[in-house]
Amino acid sequence: MTPEQFLYHEARLLDTQRYEEWLQLFTEDATYWVPLEQGQKDPYQTSSIIHDDRTLLELRVKQIRHPRAHARQPIARTVHQVSNVMVHGEPNGEMKVASALTVVEFRNEKQRLYGALVEHRLRKSGETFRIAHKRVDLINSEGEIDGIAILL
Amino acid sequence: MAANEQLAMLVQPDRVHRSVYADPAIFELELERIFGRAWLVLGHESQLRNAGDYFTTRMGREPIVVVRKDDGQIGALINRCAHRGSLVCAEGRGNLERFVCPYHGWSYDRAGELKAVPFASGYPQGAIGELRLKAVPRVALYRGFIFASLAAEGPSLEEFLGPTKASFDDLVDRAPGGELEVAGGVFKHTYNGNWKLMLENHLDGAHPAYVHASSVAVARNAPEPGKPGEEHYYDIAVRQMRQNGAPDAVWEGTGIWTTPRGHGVMGDYHDDDRLVAGMGNPAFDQYRNQLIKSVGQKEADRILRVTLWNTIVYPNCSFMSQFRQLRIIHPLAVDRSVVYTYSFRMKNAPAQMFRDTVAFANVVNGTASWVLTDDLEVYERIQHGLASGAMEWIYIGRGHGGDIQEKDALRGKTGTSEVFIRGQMRAWLDYMSRDA
Repeated sequence: MTPEQFLYHEARLLDTQRYEEWLQLFTEDATYWVPLEQGQKDPYQTSSIIHDDRTLLELRVKQIRHPRAHARQPIARTVHQVSNVMVHGEPNGEMKVASALTVVEFRNEKQRLYGALVEHRLRKSGETFRIAHKRVDLINSEGEIDGIAILL
Repeated sequence: MAANEQLAMLVQPDRVHRSVYADPAIFELELERIFGRAWLVLGHESQLRNAGDYFTTRMGREPIVVVRKDDGQIGALINRCAHRGSLVCAEGRGNLERFVCPYHGWSYDRAGELKAVPFASGYPQGAIGELRLKAVPRVALYRGFIFASLAAEGPSLEEFLGPTKASFDDLVDRAPGGELEVAGGVFKHTYNGNWKLMLENHLDGAHPAYVHASSVAVARNAPEPGKPGEEHYYDIAVRQMRQNGAPDAVWEGTGIWTTPRGHGVMGDYHDDDRLVAGMGNPAFDQYRNQLIKSVGQKEADRILRVTLWNTIVYPNCSFMSQFRQLRIIHPLAVDRSVVYTYSFRMKNAPAQMFRDTVAFANVVNGTASWVLTDDLEVYERIQHGLASGAMEWIYIGRGHGGDIQEKDALRGKTGTSEVFIRGQMRAWLDYMSRDA
C-alpha cells in the first residue's frame, strides 16, 4: 500500500464510522496531537486541543459509542478530504508524510468546515502501515471555535 | 419605573422567566446595565510586563485594549479611533509605542492621547484638540488580576469582591512567592447559548453525573492511574473524569455559598490530599517545600488546607485555584457566547506542577475535551428549549427555603442547592433595575 492509499483508507474508516478499526491503525506507543497554537513545539508546557496517548485515544473512541454522549450522539457525519500528500523522508525507520485535510461535519442541522495541515509518522507493518504519530494543525486552532466532538 | 417593575416580575424567588435568556431586548439591556457597570475581570498583570505591552479583549460589546502605560500603570482603552471609528489596534497582543489608526494614520500614545494627525491643517482650529482614545473610567488590580468598570461611579473593587477576595487570595497564596503568570495558551470556545448558562453550570453539583455520564463511564473502565513513581500521562485525565461520577453524598456534602453581587463559591470538595499530595507525588512534595521556604510551615499548611473549588465572579469570570484555571466569558448575542480559558504557572514551583495544569486544562477545558463538549451541547439544548414559549418559567428552587445566612454569605442547605443561581439572579435584577 502506498502512503497515499493508506491515508485515504484512514479517512474512509472515519467517514464510515468504523472508529474501532481506525483506532487499530495506531501503534501502542502512538500519540495523536491537535495543537492549540500555530507552530506549537511542546505538548507539555502548552495546552492542546487534543493531546492523547493510545489510552486516551481509546477513551475518545469509546465515548462516541456511549448512549449518553450528548455531544456525540447522534453520531456526526463527516467527510475527510485528504490531499497534497508528500513523503518527507524516513528518519528512524518512520515515514514522515505531510498532507492537507478538509473535514466537513454535519450533525444536528449544523454543517461545519475544518481545514488543517497534517503530519503522519508511519511505520511499515507488512504490506501496510501503522500510525506512530498524527499531528493535525487546524488553521483556526487559535481562533474562537465551537466545541469539537469528532475525530480529525 | 414601569419597565423596572416588569423586569422584577421576571425574577421570582424560585423561578426565572425564560425571556431573561432568550429575549434580545433584555440582552441589550444587560450589556448596558450589567456589563456596562460591574467590575469585569480582564486579565492578569503578567500579560503586561513592560511599558507598551498590550492585549485586546472585550467588555460586553466594547472592543478594549489593555496596556501598560509609560508610568507603569495599567490602563484600558476603547479600541476605536476618535476620527472615523476603526479599531486602532489589531486583535491580539504585543508591544506598541503608539496606536496608529490604519485608516488615516491618527496616532495615540499608550495612555490614549492623540499625538499626531496627518493633514492636521485641514481641520478647523481647535476642532480635534480634545479628541483621544476613550479611556475605560476605572481600572484596578486585586492580587495581580486586572479588573475594569465602564461606569465612572460605583462600589470600589474591594467592595465589589467582598468575601470573593478569599478565592483570589487562595489562588495567589498557593504560588511560592505569590508569583503567578499566564502561560500555556488560551482556549477560546464558543457556544450557541446565553452567557448566564455557563455561570449557572460551574457550581452545579447535580449536573456532572448526567451531563458527563459518558466521560465518567469511559474513565471508570480505563486502566488504573499509576502509583507514585509509576505515573502515566493519562492519569490526570482518568482521575478527573472519574471525579465527576462521585456518589451523590459527595456532591451533597460540598459547601456552596453565594455572596452579595452574585458571586459564588464551591468548597470542601476536592482537596490536595485527595488529588496529589496524599498520593506522595514527589513534585508536589517539592512544591510544598518551596512554599514552606517562602512562607513558613504553619502558613504553608494553612494555605494548602483551603478548599475553595470553583469560584464565580459575577458577571464574567469563573476560576479554580488547585489547577490554576480561569475562564472569562464574553456575551456575543442573546444566544451566542465565547469563553476564554487561561492557565497559570507558579513561577517558583517544579515544572511538573505546570505539566499537570496543562494536562488538566486539556481534559476538562479543552475545545475537544471529553468533558467540556458535553457541557456545551447541553447549553445549546437549553437555549433551544427556552426558545419555546409553551412554558414560561425556569425552575431554580433546589434547596429553596433552606438557605443558611452566614456572616457574609448565604450557604446552600446541601451542596447541590441552587442557592448560587438564586444569588446570581438577585444580582442580575439589582443591576438591571437600577436606572443609574
